[in-house]
Amino acid sequence: MSTEAPVIGVLALQGDVREHLVALAAADAVARPIRRPEELAEVDGLVIPGGESTTISKLAVLFGVMEPLRARVRAGMPVYGTCAGMIMLADKILDPRSGQVTVGGIDMIVRRNAFGRQNESFEAAVDVRGVAGDPVEGVFIRAPWVESVGAETEVLAEHDGHIVAVRQGNALATSFHPELTGDHRVHRLFVDMVHANRATES
Amino acid sequence: MSSSLSENQAPETGTARVKRGMAEQLKGGVIMDVVTPEQAKIAEDAGAVAVMALERVPADIRKDGGVARMSDPDMIEGIIEAVSIPVMAKSRIGHFVEAQVLQSLGVDYIDESEVLTPADEVNHSDKWAFTTPFVCGATNLGEALRRIAEGAAMIRSKGEAGTGNVVEAVRHLRQIKGEIAKLRGCDNNELYAAAKELRAPYELVKEVAELGKLPVVLFSAGGVATPADAALMRQLGAEGVFVGSGIFKSGDPAKRAAAIVKATTFYDDPKIIADASRNLGEAMVGINCDTLPETERYANRGW
Repeated sequence: MSTEAPVIGVLALQGDVREHLVALAAADAVARPIRRPEELAEVDGLVIPGGESTTISKLAVLFGVMEPLRARVRAGMPVYGTCAGMIMLADKILDPRSGQVTVGGIDMIVRRNAFGRQNESFEAAVDVRGVAGDPVEGVFIRAPWVESVGAETEVLAEHDGHIVAVRQGNALATSFHPELTGDHRVHRLFVDMVHANRATES
Repeated sequence: MSSSLSENQAPETGTARVKRGMAEQLKGGVIMDVVTPEQAKIAEDAGAVAVMALERVPADIRKDGGVARMSDPDMIEGIIEAVSIPVMAKSRIGHFVEAQVLQSLGVDYIDESEVLTPADEVNHSDKWAFTTPFVCGATNLGEALRRIAEGAAMIRSKGEAGTGNVVEAVRHLRQIKGEIAKLRGCDNNELYAAAKELRAPYELVKEVAELGKLPVVLFSAGGVATPADAALMRQLGAEGVFVGSGIFKSGDPAKRAAAIVKATTFYDDPKIIADASRNLGEAMVGINCDTLPETERYANRGW
């Protein structure tokens, strides 16, 4: 396995990009913001941040990032989505806004804003499979949950009976925002996925 | 395990982290003033990250005069129903009952706003008392930190709302960024005097000196009317922009809204800003701020 730090992009069309860049750097990756198709071609993995999923989806289509992104995810590039990023990685949204499309990559159906509006946003401890030690501090902000998953999708965490973290192959998604906590274990898990993928490709 | 969450603890709402974290999700985006559900949908379709629900945009508040208050709950609920993006609404400065009403309606953010007529000329609302997060305006660093001390989870420049003139927003953002840069250069001895000068709590002043930024998200507001205005504010360090009268007081709101969204994302790419600026129809007329009497300057409201 290559020990050289992997280059991981953060889709920087809108959202909490900076926090992901900091978390990835703390997890020993070379992190950079990505807004254009040609920038996407240069990364070993990609994070789709939290933000407004309708806005990110529109801008991705408008600026020609959506199709190259789909192609790379289909080809097996490791990708991690938080909150809006989780919605972007869903093969299906339960109640999409008109014209809202996703990158896909995880066989699941997500419900947007499933935990409610901002007044219902909350913090809770979450046990995440594959993350050793104490539970992760889950920060849920107008968060989605996963209604159902396909046979190939592994459920990594649940909260209150709802699926809030999943993985299918090289695609990882959480309803909550580890990037807001200063605990970089989930990002480290993703960086390890990128390392492992590079090892199989080389 | 005293400081971290344990498995047995109930989920906690209204924490500083979920309030400030909500604003982090809006970064790089445009928040648009809307007065009807139809306008809210236009804003959402154009790629707005949130809408501000109000009865009259600032340009009309200026024109109509009189006391400007919180909007009708029916009107706010109509907008909440119409879109899936977050909905913000304004309370008067110090009018904590209007804020209580807005919280009960389920708005996602409350703007304690100088655009409405202040209800208290000494005190702002105690924003820690609410589950709903607050955004507040500021003209300088001291004002921003006083609002954060009161519980604001997001700060915006005041600018001069309803003028279509970006000059005051530029002034306020430069002032805030300049004062932060100055704090960066202070040693520990100087921070106490700096706190006194800024009329802000020492702990917050120290935090800003260490971070090199506010501890909450900083947006720009007040006078943004064009894609280039939005990009200017971002290049000056705003993490996103509010656009009030600039969109729905222009010739082609849907087109202008989408153009401002594009320019806000690609704020450092003049070619994209140029493309976004083409054939937008008429911009709002605008007011020259230096001809505006002191008493009609909203930025002077708040303390």
